[in-house]
Amino acid sequence: MKFADFIQTGAIQASLQATSKEGVIEELVQSLLDAGQIDAEQREDIVAAIMKREELGSTGIGRGVAVPHTKHPSVQKLVGTVGVSESGVDFDSLDGERVQLFFLLISPPERPGDHLRALENISRQLRDETFCRFLKQSKTADDVQQLLQEADDNQFVSG
Amino acid sequence: MSNAPSNRMVTVRNPQGLHLRPADMLVRLATQFESTLRISKDGQWMDCNSILSLLTLGATQGTQLEVSAEGSDAENALAAVCALFEAGFHEMNEIEDTANPIVDR
Repeated sequence: MKFADFIQTGAIQASLQATSKEGVIEELVQSLLDAGQIDAEQREDIVAAIMKREELGSTGIGRGVAVPHTKHPSVQKLVGTVGVSESGVDFDSLDGERVQLFFLLISPPERPGDHLRALENISRQLRDETFCRFLKQSKTADDVQQLLQEADDNQFVSG
Repeated sequence: MSNAPSNRMVTVRNPQGLHLRPADMLVRLATQFESTLRISKDGQWMDCNSILSLLTLGATQGTQLEVSAEGSDAENALAAVCALFEAGFHEMNEIEDTANPIVDR
């Protein structure tokens, strides 16, 4: 699976304003709503479900990266977006570091394989430190989009 | 003290596969042993102490993986990892209420 298969270009947030875990999640879910990817009446339910998942253990996986996510019956396919926070947000990460880079994912409940393949792609690409650093330094949604495209074209990792 | 690596095959049993929480559990388990634990899919070996590495396996339900442990407590480490896979990362009985994902307790 490639970034283009699940990252909604119109929902990318290159300069997150929020300074809290819940704030970041709300901002990213709102951007998916603004991009027409989720239903307005489902917004609060989705935010609550993602926060519920965070209570089971932070999705901050280290290296300043978090992957907040949930299953939700209102989406027909996996939808995701990327957020960048210049100052970083305390996300209770496993390594204690502040999180600058967010990949928020909402997947249909009956498609666990798609969620796994998205995680596989994100983690494989982020193991490349250059890609990870460039993403965190992105100033505009276009910057992020271009980096994701280059990653999809295998310009950062081989295979 | 035998330090030759010990290997064993495991199968991903839980329906959700080796997603973030199971990967987190594996890393936490691996840190409890002195031995170096690695996991491979199709000959591609990943360190068991990195969530990022484990997630790149993209191991869905039914996937066969090879676990390797090298060190003084290798046998115990292998047994613990195999038990965790066998238990389906304790989410075999997870009830998926798809109609209402927010569970009020």
